[in-house]
Amino acid sequence: MSQIKQIKVNAIKNGTVIDHITAGKVRKVLDILELDGTEIVMVGMNLSSKKLNRKDIVKIENKELSRNEVNSIALVAPNATLIIIKDFEVEKKVSLEIPENIENLIVCPNPKCITNSEDIKSKFRLTKDEPVKVRCFYCEKKYLIDEVKIKK
Amino acid sequence: MKNLISMRDLSKEEILHLMDVTGKIEEGKIVPDMQRKLAALLFFEPSTRTMFSFDTAMKRMNGDTIIMSGTGQTSVKKGESFADTLQTIAQYSDIIIMRSPVEGAARYASEVVDIPVVNAGDGANQHPTQALLDLYSIVKTQGTLENLSIGLAGDLRFGRTVHSLAQAMALFNVKFKFISPSFLKMPQYIKDDLKSQKIEFEEYENIEDNIDDLDVLYVTRIQKERFADPEDYEKLKGSYILERPMLSNVKENLKVMHPLPRVDEIHTDVDNTEFAYYFPQAKNGVFTRQAIISILLGEV
Ligand SMILES: [Zn+2]
Repeated sequence: MSQIKQIKVNAIKNGTVIDHITAGKVRKVLDILELDGTEIVMVGMNLSSKKLNRKDIVKIENKELSRNEVNSIALVAPNATLIIIKDFEVEKKVSLEIPENIENLIVCPNPKCITNSEDIKSKFRLTKDEPVKVRCFYCEKKYLIDEVKIKK
Repeated sequence: MKNLISMRDLSKEEILHLMDVTGKIEEGKIVPDMQRKLAALLFFEPSTRTMFSFDTAMKRMNGDTIIMSGTGQTSVKKGESFADTLQTIAQYSDIIIMRSPVEGAARYASEVVDIPVVNAGDGANQHPTQALLDLYSIVKTQGTLENLSIGLAGDLRFGRTVHSLAQAMALFNVKFKFISPSFLKMPQYIKDDLKSQKIEFEEYENIEDNIDDLDVLYVTRIQKERFADPEDYEKLKGSYILERPMLSNVKENLKVMHPLPRVDEIHTDVDNTEFAYYFPQAKNGVFTRQAIISILLGEV
């Protein structure tokens, strides 16, 4: 058993693990990550999970995520857990949460929105809808998170 | 209240306060003095009626206006940034009143300048002074905003005015009848909002059979261009034209409203009935805008 686990999720010495990514969303998470191409990245897809049934996972050696990266990942994978590894030990474990105010992370899909004609930062707020939506602070249109493009 | 950008920003209390101030201005109990106050009317999209209404409101209070109208004469085309244009105008004036086809333009303006900004329409998004003058017309004719039965007729799909009115009236336990051709029905997101606020509404496809229990009938224009086939328009339009004989069994207190301009959706034979209220409604727009400007400039 432990042998199998070893193969599935190789341990890393230092770096970041993004666990409990909604199955199928790992590509979006990889899109968000600012990688210079030299990092060692391990990706697991459709792994079985107690919490989510199926999950994706990413491990990146020697990388700490920026605040922007963390907030953007929360948008595409709201159930994700961020684990910081130091010397093979878990140093910190945080559950991601979508911030109430989402600044400059989303491109407004409304072509008539001012954020698409002027050089200004987009601002979105979470709504109380179920499933959760985001509302553009400027044009006031509401969108599902799957309908919006995440800025890089 | 520092700016008026969206009905979404206003609480029920703020709306009622605004109604109260508007009433007092109309009755002459409050006489705001805007002498030496200058309003900049920036109309990046033409709308003569709304512009005249604001211009009149300001001048009725002894204030003055500077007007930038159309996109032709603005420096926007010369490559000056929108923010710079706004900042410059803000050096000259005490309040900016702005209409733009760009959605969110007024919100952005309010972040750029430190004088008050009034949204006079931003694309399909908001037109809060229209919603407020509609509310004022309703409270003035019905004595209350609570527990009324309101019919909204015409193009409910694309009509920004009816969307704002529906959302604003939802604060007051209203009962709606939505009357429109099936492909111009009230959008689902508005109906969802109303459901979550437990507001009752029913949907119908002709005016004639559905107005007898209404307190207010709000008619909007159905544009011919919305129809793919002009023949469909000709077939349908009769169901959405209000004519005098249809008013024989309506409630005594019924008022027929319309944001104007009217084309043919209300027959002129309705004009001299006691139900017609669209011209006084336009006049109410001036009082409402006087109240908004006065409140934002701290004069009341
Ligand atoms: Zn927007």
